[in-house]
Amino acid sequence: MIYTYDGSLEGLLTAVFEWFERKPGAISLVTEERYQPDAFTSCFEVLTNRSKADRVWKGLASRLDRDWMRKAYCTFLSEIPEMQQELFLFICYVFQHQAGAEKNYGNTHVLNIAQTARKVEREKHRMEAFIRFQQTADGIFYCGIDPDFNVIPLIVNHFKNRYADQQWVIYDLKRHYGIFYDLHTVEEIEMNVDLQQLKHAKQTLLDQKEQLYADLWKNYFKSTNIVARKNTKLHTQHVPKRYWKYLTEKL
Amino acid sequence: MSERLIEKLNILADAAKYDVSCSSSGSDRKNTNKGLGNGHHSGICHTYTEDGRCVSLLKILLTNHCIFDCAYCVSRRSNDIERAAFTVDEVVELTMNFYRRNYIEGLFLSSGIFKNADFTMERLLRVVKKLRLEENYNGYIHLKTIPGASDELITEAGLYADRMSINLEMPTETGLKLLAPEKSHDDVVKPLGFVKNQIIQFKEEKKLIKSVPKFVPAGQSTQMVIGATPETDKDIMYTAAKFYKNFSLKRVYYSGYIPISNDSRMPVLGTQPPLLRENRLYQTDWLMRFYGFDVRELLNEENPHLDTDIDPKLSWALRNLHHFPIDINTADYQMILRVPGIGVGSAQKIVQARKFGKLYIHQLKKIGIAYNRAKHFITCADSPFQLKDFQGHQIKGFILAESQSKYLKTANNQMLLF
Repeated sequence: MIYTYDGSLEGLLTAVFEWFERKPGAISLVTEERYQPDAFTSCFEVLTNRSKADRVWKGLASRLDRDWMRKAYCTFLSEIPEMQQELFLFICYVFQHQAGAEKNYGNTHVLNIAQTARKVEREKHRMEAFIRFQQTADGIFYCGIDPDFNVIPLIVNHFKNRYADQQWVIYDLKRHYGIFYDLHTVEEIEMNVDLQQLKHAKQTLLDQKEQLYADLWKNYFKSTNIVARKNTKLHTQHVPKRYWKYLTEKL
Repeated sequence: MSERLIEKLNILADAAKYDVSCSSSGSDRKNTNKGLGNGHHSGICHTYTEDGRCVSLLKILLTNHCIFDCAYCVSRRSNDIERAAFTVDEVVELTMNFYRRNYIEGLFLSSGIFKNADFTMERLLRVVKKLRLEENYNGYIHLKTIPGASDELITEAGLYADRMSINLEMPTETGLKLLAPEKSHDDVVKPLGFVKNQIIQFKEEKKLIKSVPKFVPAGQSTQMVIGATPETDKDIMYTAAKFYKNFSLKRVYYSGYIPISNDSRMPVLGTQPPLLRENRLYQTDWLMRFYGFDVRELLNEENPHLDTDIDPKLSWALRNLHHFPIDINTADYQMILRVPGIGVGSAQKIVQARKFGKLYIHQLKKIGIAYNRAKHFITCADSPFQLKDFQGHQIKGFILAESQSKYLKTANNQMLLF
């Protein structure tokens, strides 16, 4: 049996609800876009239902602690198709077993969720580290990113607490949305500007002092290096090349 | 104006780079005044230099003018180098603007000693006070304690800094006397002890009165230069263990000496820095702090040096084969931690997972242990039955045969006859 859903978290949670209502045995869960009809298995279309999804999420929250709820959410944000199915199986597993079953690392679903969540948290941490704001002429600090996973929801609080006295924008160029902080609250935004311009802000749009601080930072980065200890392998292990395009000191 | 600033930054960052400490963890200073900056409990490394060390703090000297003449230091009085000094405003402006752009996690401020200790400490204090009180800055600040500074100045600095540190420089007193006759370990011990007692006192008071301010919330650290003087690994680690114990330090850093002068008392210019040795010392340090090892188990009279070809944990296991093999499904956590190839994370997962049923090889591999290494020291539900008891050197041979050290350009595995 194949379950299709719309790819949202609510959709996935509704699928769990529908599965427990029907108990069709082993199923595979795919998004509508990735669904390919199969001559020998039937298909069931999951219609996203907010109240059913809420019931599943609440039930899950009563069985898992905050840590594990976050792991489940991170797995969803990974956007890896196989892991969405794993998340579905994990939630079913948690409901079918006694409390505490999520600690059974010998179980493949548990281990997959734990490991995927770790990858997402790592990407989130990298964004906290590698985002480089540029001050624009109107005083807003801007940075464009294209993270491997959809981590913006996870970094909102970090940046909101840290940069409370400046306006800033973080924009996901891959997923076409971003967040904007206006000194009070953080809002989700979408910008209809040329993508090339979002990637590299034009010099004329930047604050006068921006270039000076970028230069100072580049110089600092060079001076703090010890040439006798050169270790390129370790360097690229910590700062993989795909992130270099964000980094002022690497441009 | 800006060219001079760039020039100064280059000189003073270059002079500060031999201080290895760059951690920004351990402080939970919160952004409560809607200012700039918010502590991150585990710290953030914002970038890494090409030598692979993390850059999380803006690490600079206030000045590289110094009245001391320590042979191991680039800023020594007799060294003919360019000298520079930042003004208080320049440091504050650099810190604020770097932080705003998410370049750094905070400031690491050290200084050469000019005039006297109190004068220098007072200058450092002015920078941190301006950042905290005038600029509403809540980011991380790592401040050097200047040996010989007065207790009042140190206490006041502790109210604004997150971490304070003071370097031992050489692992033993004799080593220090050889290279820096003007200094002694007592100069370091006194302020370390003073700050430690203040931290305890402030914590006690905070239990009773909530409004007591934070005092050095991220604790203290120190650093030793390795390989400039002929100490054994045992000397180094025993000193480290003593300081961890007596001064509840957060970290001891080991800095491989990079030849910077033609002084006949030290390695000549062009000598490779002892990177492998540094690595082994850090491994030992981790084993002491997170794996429950006592330093005397790893280094003692019979083994004053760490093995270079294998790590200290494997080396300990091979010397103590009578403890192994252990059964993963029944052994206690402390013992699982001691198995080469199993780290803290995997050990915790194993202890939780085995409550649900016996663990098999394929599960252990998936949990993430280095099975090819650990298999010589453990048994699990489906471990193959083994007739022969291997000797330590044989196991070492097996492990070396299938691993390669990143420090060795050519493999040098001696083949075994038996």
